[in-house]
Amino acid sequence: MSLTRTGFVRLLAAPLAALAGRLRAALTARRWAMVIDARKCLKDQGCVKCIEACHRAHNVPDFSESGRQVKWIWKEPFERAFPSQESAYTPEALQGKPVLVFCNHCDNPPCVRVCPTQATWKREDGLVMMDWHRCIGCRYCVAACPYGSRSFNWLDPRPHIRRLNPDFPTRTKGVVEKCTFCDERLAKGQMPACVESCPEKALVFGDLEAPGSAVRELIRSRYTIRRKPELGTKPEIFYIV
Amino acid sequence: MRDRGLILTGLLVFLAGITFPIWYDLAGGKTSRAPDLKRSAQEKVCVAPLSYMRTSHMALLVDWRDQVVRRNVRSFRSFDGKTYTMSLTGTCLKCHDSKADFCDRCHNYAGVRTPYCWDCHVDPKLIQGRTP
Repeated sequence: MSLTRTGFVRLLAAPLAALAGRLRAALTARRWAMVIDARKCLKDQGCVKCIEACHRAHNVPDFSESGRQVKWIWKEPFERAFPSQESAYTPEALQGKPVLVFCNHCDNPPCVRVCPTQATWKREDGLVMMDWHRCIGCRYCVAACPYGSRSFNWLDPRPHIRRLNPDFPTRTKGVVEKCTFCDERLAKGQMPACVESCPEKALVFGDLEAPGSAVRELIRSRYTIRRKPELGTKPEIFYIV
Repeated sequence: MRDRGLILTGLLVFLAGITFPIWYDLAGGKTSRAPDLKRSAQEKVCVAPLSYMRTSHMALLVDWRDQVVRRNVRSFRSFDGKTYTMSLTGTCLKCHDSKADFCDRCHNYAGVRTPYCWDCHVDPKLIQGRTP
């Protein structure tokens, strides 16, 4: 039996292809960012599917009774989310309307600068990460974040988690937590939980530095605003309003 | 050697005193043998040789933690060339499926406080009894 040249190449290529398939599993980018279409999001203002999906996936405790709320993703009235856009004549479609807000994964994150233990840091691909092993609960980051995206666990969160997800750790009392753009899901090749759960597909996640990516196309073709850009934090969540 | 009796009695009392824990254990029917941990039925080998895991599992776990959390590296090439996902609940607990029977037994025996891993990482056994 003779081995043809094509056969030989195929033989070599098979394990490489298998390896490539495995590598493709993780989603990577040079700069992750998100575009939120507030108009699509406002179609059903009672919808909390993304919030539920996120909080369930990440074992976010429900402290609503104690007033010590922990939140990764929530809704804020338009004027509170975009104080610089506030005027007496805000369009009716937006006036007091709930806007989805969460960690902006700033390009110049003030929380990272103030963290004394480097428990929070900016990853190469732009994700502002948290290392809960290292957080000492000083809450400097909570004070530094101009978006209120960080929550502190004043109490032991475990009893306040409705359904424990064993695939994700909980936090302990005295630790700060926030959205991490689902880094654990990206590593498995999945989109963030909020993006996946949105029935209107109002959340678009992608690589800001890849020309032609979905987020770049939306930012190019539509008018987008960001939360408090005047502070120089360079937020990476863009809103179509 | 006028005080021979006194000295010998003293020595005996001293010996009885320092060997007391041994007698106490024997009398209580407890043995001082290390706990015999249940091996996994599915896998024959761990991510590192047994001797290494016995002495240095904590170093390995800390290394895994840093790799995953700080460097976003999630797969681990073991000593025999197999690839594992670095995950305490996903990989370790798949074989050592009970924290109480595996971690705690040895840690209790050795008098080493169980570290704070489980304050955050979820022992799947914990969920079984909970209503969703």
